[in-house]
Amino acid sequence: MNFNFSEDQLLMKEEVKKLLDKENSVKRNRNILEGEEKFDKELWDQLVQMGLTATTIPEEYGGIGMGFLELCVIAEELGRGIAPVPFSSSVYLATTAILNSSNEDIKKEFLPKLAGGEIIGTFAHSEKTTFPSESGISVAAKSGKITGKKVAVPDGDIADFALVSATSGKNKIGLFLVDLSADGVEIDSLETFDPSRSHADISFKNAPAQELSADAWEDIEKLLDQSAVLFAFEQVGGAEAAMNQAKDYAMGRYAFGRAIASFQAIKHKVADMYISLQLARSNCYYGAWALSNDAPELPTAAATARVSATKAFYECSKENIQTHGGMGATWEFDCHLFYRRARLLSSNIGSQGIWKDKLITSLEKSNSPT
Amino acid sequence: MDFNDTKEESKFRDEVNSWLSANADKKEHAKDIYRPAEMSSESESGESSALKDAKAWQAKKYDAGWACLHWPKDYGGRDATPMERVIWGQEESKFKVPGGFFEIGQGMAGPVLMLYATEEQKKRYLPPMAKGEEIWCQLFSEPGAGSDLAGIKTKAELDGDTWTINGQKVWTSGAHYSDYGIIVTRSDFSAPKHKGLTYFFLDMKSPGVEVRPIKQITGGANFNEVYFTDVKIPDSQRLGEIGDGWKVSLTTLMNERLAVGDASGVDFQEIFELAKDQDFNGDTAISNGAVREKLADWYCEQSGLKYTKMRNISALSQGSTPGPEASITKIVSANKLQDIANYGMDLMDNASIARDEETAIFQGSLLGAPLIRIAGGTDEVLKNIIAEQVLGMPQDIRVDKNVPFNEIPTGSKN
Repeated sequence: MNFNFSEDQLLMKEEVKKLLDKENSVKRNRNILEGEEKFDKELWDQLVQMGLTATTIPEEYGGIGMGFLELCVIAEELGRGIAPVPFSSSVYLATTAILNSSNEDIKKEFLPKLAGGEIIGTFAHSEKTTFPSESGISVAAKSGKITGKKVAVPDGDIADFALVSATSGKNKIGLFLVDLSADGVEIDSLETFDPSRSHADISFKNAPAQELSADAWEDIEKLLDQSAVLFAFEQVGGAEAAMNQAKDYAMGRYAFGRAIASFQAIKHKVADMYISLQLARSNCYYGAWALSNDAPELPTAAATARVSATKAFYECSKENIQTHGGMGATWEFDCHLFYRRARLLSSNIGSQGIWKDKLITSLEKSNSPT
Repeated sequence: MDFNDTKEESKFRDEVNSWLSANADKKEHAKDIYRPAEMSSESESGESSALKDAKAWQAKKYDAGWACLHWPKDYGGRDATPMERVIWGQEESKFKVPGGFFEIGQGMAGPVLMLYATEEQKKRYLPPMAKGEEIWCQLFSEPGAGSDLAGIKTKAELDGDTWTINGQKVWTSGAHYSDYGIIVTRSDFSAPKHKGLTYFFLDMKSPGVEVRPIKQITGGANFNEVYFTDVKIPDSQRLGEIGDGWKVSLTTLMNERLAVGDASGVDFQEIFELAKDQDFNGDTAISNGAVREKLADWYCEQSGLKYTKMRNISALSQGSTPGPEASITKIVSANKLQDIANYGMDLMDNASIARDEETAIFQGSLLGAPLIRIAGGTDEVLKNIIAEQVLGMPQDIRVDKNVPFNEIPTGSKN
């Protein structure tokens, strides 16, 4: 049994980590947060050059034909570096959605460009809530045109195209590919909680839309499960970084004549972070297994990974600030960058309450939950 | 990434399974437990009947070479790899077999004897320990020394080649049915705390040993107080050097943490089933959002522990050693047990007050959980271990180091 990543995968993880360390990804996060740019183009180009956007794309479509396990280790490192790039939208979501589909024309046209980082995609799904039910989709597609509004679309003002969920006839939800530079598309950038990752509202008014699939609700559910595992890895990477910051600071900060790391109040706090992180990491590994094997357990495994990783990143990022004391709550220290990112990732692809509910629903469906 | 056995592992698993299938009944449900066949005779308590059955099963395993698998063959083991031991444990847990009496001996006393006893002693004591013929207990905690184990005061005095022991131990599991015990004592009260300790093993039938059961909040009595009045131990039963008892104790404690695993009692499955059945505001409890959120949290913890264990087993299978990371298991499972038991009784509402078939397991778990959070390293001690040994944070600053023991305040001062 080998319930771990392979040596090659771990080597790849190390390479991604090295690049993000060298490029000072956390500092770049701050630059985007404080500046006018919507994402770090320079860093994005380096990730593309390293082939990361091509990871899961088969060679016949211009990719490098690796799998989701490789994507999991990349996600963890992007999370550790709180990288200010549209990777989750373009790779976890848009690329996976196209890979999942059987639309050869779209695959042939878009996958090579996604692999080469020439274009950036996103998934536009949220309307009134981040997680609409099947009957809650009001954006409508008809005869190659799409109309309606999607809200808080991640990288909506960066992406070249969006995969948009929309009604496609009676009681059917389809998935449509929309060129975001086309006529009839209006993009409003949002001022957000974590400006290191850009979001926008997108309105469509008879905008041209290519049909990826006319009957796609199950595909969408699956896409969300798949991406939940990847988001969870990103959250685990961020959580571990926050825990290590807390530990390192506590070791070097002296009060009452001793390192504060020698106080049990601080040690137990960091131990609690470690516990939530380990539980999340182990659940993520199971999620990775289910994702890469396209296992029937994926809905349960994905929700479990997502819920525990969301919890871990929140706990680690908030207690990291607490461990730092007043300085942790300054703009100058990096703690808040992780705290913001933790909150943002909790909202992207659906909140904690929604995923907890999905988890119990999937356990109710399966006869033997344990 | 896979959960598959290697060829060797799979072959070994088959071998284990065919022996178990021929010698025990397979569980029909994961939660089935072994029940003693005969509790007929009036004089026989449930425990002594269970002990008889456990001894018989252990002897059967021993005779077929399935006891203490990882021990050397010379001492009654099988020279098995750590992974083979894991596979045995996984497979045996699928059968309805008795157990629960030998862990302290085989898990804690055995490894210490293997490191510190003479060859002659190992040949004498280890095989009967493996076979379950002789049961061992661990005499460590005292009324004034629990988490602060090095604060013990049981006195050992050497005269010629015989030691005289006086004092009191507490929380000794199974002392009432044990044949032998491992004990840590203080042989020098003027040396600093950790330097004046000496470690022995002794015959529990020695004159001057008195065992008194402790009635726990569950009503059961699995633990004891053990009093020592002028108990004689030959110096040949000393394990480690005089004054080196702390070092020997640490070996034992490291093994204790491995021996104390998941907390038994109600878990996710029980609260999930209960929530499906239980009425709540005119609907089933499970259809309530607040209930679902709680269930999801517990499922994530249970699953997280399961796959943490898998990661550790995988490390073994790949030939590396799992670290002290396993210490999260007891903290998480004991707290989960307590919270699930409490919430289950909450869901049952008024019906939780009476003791019946449905409520018993929740009530028992609620009362049993506090002791599980304390035994084998409290939550707090385990968190210190995580902080210090896993994360490399510094030890607490101590006021009791390098001070003669008899100048340090100990125990309860109120």
